[in-house]
Amino acid sequence: MTADIASLPPRRNALLRAISIMLQSPVGATGTLIVAVVVLLALFGPQISPHDPIKGNLRARFEEPGYSDASGIYRLGSDQLGRDIFSRIIAGSRVSVLVGVVSVLISGTIGVLYGLVSGFVGGRLDSLMMRIVDGLLAVPFIILVVAISGVVGAGLSTLILILGLTGWVTYARVIRGDVLKVREQEYVIAAYALGQRRLVVMLRHILPNVISSAIVLAAVQVGVTVLAESSLSFLGLGVKPPTVTWGLMLADGRQYINSAWWMTTFPGIAITLTVLGVVFLGDWLRDFLDPNVRGRG
Amino acid sequence: MRAFILSRLVQLVVTMFMVSLVVFFMVRLRGDPILVMAPPNFDAEQIAKLRAAWGFDKPLGEQYITFLTKAARGDFGKSFQANRPAMELVIERLGYTYLLASAAAAIGVTIAIPLGIVSALKRNSLIDLLSTALASLGTAMPGFWLGLMLIIIFSVHLRMLPAFGALEPRALVMPAVTLGVGMAARLSRLTRSAMLEVLSQDYVRTARSKGLAQKAVVLRHALRNALIPIVTVFGLQLGWLLGGSVVVESVFSWPGLGRQMIDSINVRDIAMVQAGLFFFALSFILINYAIDVIYILIDPRIRFD
Repeated sequence: MTADIASLPPRRNALLRAISIMLQSPVGATGTLIVAVVVLLALFGPQISPHDPIKGNLRARFEEPGYSDASGIYRLGSDQLGRDIFSRIIAGSRVSVLVGVVSVLISGTIGVLYGLVSGFVGGRLDSLMMRIVDGLLAVPFIILVVAISGVVGAGLSTLILILGLTGWVTYARVIRGDVLKVREQEYVIAAYALGQRRLVVMLRHILPNVISSAIVLAAVQVGVTVLAESSLSFLGLGVKPPTVTWGLMLADGRQYINSAWWMTTFPGIAITLTVLGVVFLGDWLRDFLDPNVRGRG
Repeated sequence: MRAFILSRLVQLVVTMFMVSLVVFFMVRLRGDPILVMAPPNFDAEQIAKLRAAWGFDKPLGEQYITFLTKAARGDFGKSFQANRPAMELVIERLGYTYLLASAAAAIGVTIAIPLGIVSALKRNSLIDLLSTALASLGTAMPGFWLGLMLIIIFSVHLRMLPAFGALEPRALVMPAVTLGVGMAARLSRLTRSAMLEVLSQDYVRTARSKGLAQKAVVLRHALRNALIPIVTVFGLQLGWLLGGSVVVESVFSWPGLGRQMIDSINVRDIAMVQAGLFFFALSFILINYAIDVIYILIDPRIRFD
C-alpha cells in the first residue's frame, strides 16, 4: 500500500494520499463525517425536517423526547411554543455553517494578506502593523465581539461581518511568523536573482508556502466562530429570532431549565459535536498538509 | 534583567496606547456615539444637549486627547445606569471576576498538569486515550452550555449548589468548574506534548541512567524544562478565562465585570463599556507581562539581552 502510493505521480497522489491518511486516522474520518453531516443538514434541512422549525404546535408544548401526536414524533421533545427541537436543531445548522464558513473566509483573507505584507515588507511598517495586532489581541476576542455587536447592533449578516472583521488578527500573527522564515529561503533569493518583481515574489513564491498553516488555522477558527456565534446569540447580542440558531435555542432553554432539560441539552450537543468534527478535520488537515508528514504516506 | 523589564514596560505602554485607540474607535463605529446612546424617544434638542455634555460635538482628535488624558487618570466618565463613576463600578466588579478566574485557573492547573504528565508517561495507554477524548470534548463544548448542564444536575436535580449569585462561597463552585474545565482541556494537551518532547532529551536519559528515581526524573528534570511552553499557554489561557467569564458570569448571574459589561452594552452605557474594555485589556496585558518575568525565574538560560 505504502509503496503503491509513493510510486504514483504527485498530482494523482494527492487524492489517494488524502484517503489513505484519512483511513489511517479514525479521528480524521470521524471529523469529516460529522462535518459532512452538518453541511448536508444545512443544505437540505427544509427537505428532511420532520416538523416546521418556526411554527409551533401549541397543543404539544414542553413535550418530552419521544412524544408523538397526529403531526408526528418529537424525537428530542418540544419547546415552550410546541416546536420540535430536532427540526430546530436541523434548521440551526444552517446559521452555524453560514457564520462559520463566511466569516472565516473574510477573516482568513484579511489576515493572510495582512501577515503577508507585514512580514514581507518588514521594518517600521511591520512593527507598526504588529503593534496594531497586539492592541486588538489584548482585548479578549469574545469581549471585543460582544462590545462591537452591542454598538453596531445585532443580526445575522452584521454578526458574520463582525466575526469576519475581528477574527483576522490570529492569522496575521501566524502568517507573518511563517513569512519571516520563508522569505530567507534559497528559492526566494533565487527568484530575486532571476529578476522577479517583489510583488510577484510575495504572491507566487511566498504565499503558496505559508498558505497551509492558514488552512489549518481556518479549520480551528471555524470551530471558534461557531462557538462565538452561539455565545453571542445566547447573550441576545447575535442572531435574532425568528431565525433559528443553537445559541438562541439555549437561551430559550435556560428559561425553562427547571422543567425541560431537553431544551438545553440537545442544542448544546449539536454545537459540541459540530465543533468536535471541525477540530478533528483540522487535525487531519494538518497531517495532510504538513510536509514533514508527507513522506509517511 | 532590569533593561529587559524596562523595555517590556515600554512595550506595555505602547500596547495600552493601541488599546485606547481600539476602545475609542469602537464606540464610534457607527459614526456618532450619540446614535448608540440616546434613547429612541429623544428629540433633536435633547440629543444635541447630550452630545455637548459628552463632548461628541468636538473634533475627533480633540475627543481622543480628552479621552486619553482622562483615562490615564482613571476617569472614564459616569455610568448613567448606576449614576456613579464608571471606574468605581469596574473596580468593584473586577474583584469578582478575578476571584472567579483564579479559582478556575486553579482548577484548570490542578487537573491539567498531572493529567498531562501521566498521559505523556503512559503514552497510548487507556488513561492517555481517555484524557485525549476528554480534552477534545472540553475544547469543543461551549462553556456556557456546560454551565447549564451543571445547573440541571446540581441545582435542579440534586439541589446541592445554588444556580446563581455570589451570596455564599458554594456559589463559586459551578462557575469556576465551568471555566476551569475548558482551561484544563487546553492545558493538559499542551503539558502532554511538552513533556513528551522533554522526556526524549539526552539529559533525561542521563538522569535515568544515573539511577535516579522516576519521581525525581519526572519532576526535577523533565517538568521543569517543560514548564516554559506550559507557562506561555497558561498566560494566554488566562486571557481566554477573562473572555469566557463574560458568558459564564451571565449564565450564573455572577456579579463580575463580564456580566456587568453585557448589562452595560444592553442599555448602551458607553462610559461603562469603555472602562470595562480597558480593564479587561489591561488585565490581560499585565498577565502577559508577569509571564515574561516568570520566564526568567524558571529558566536561568533566558536573559533577553
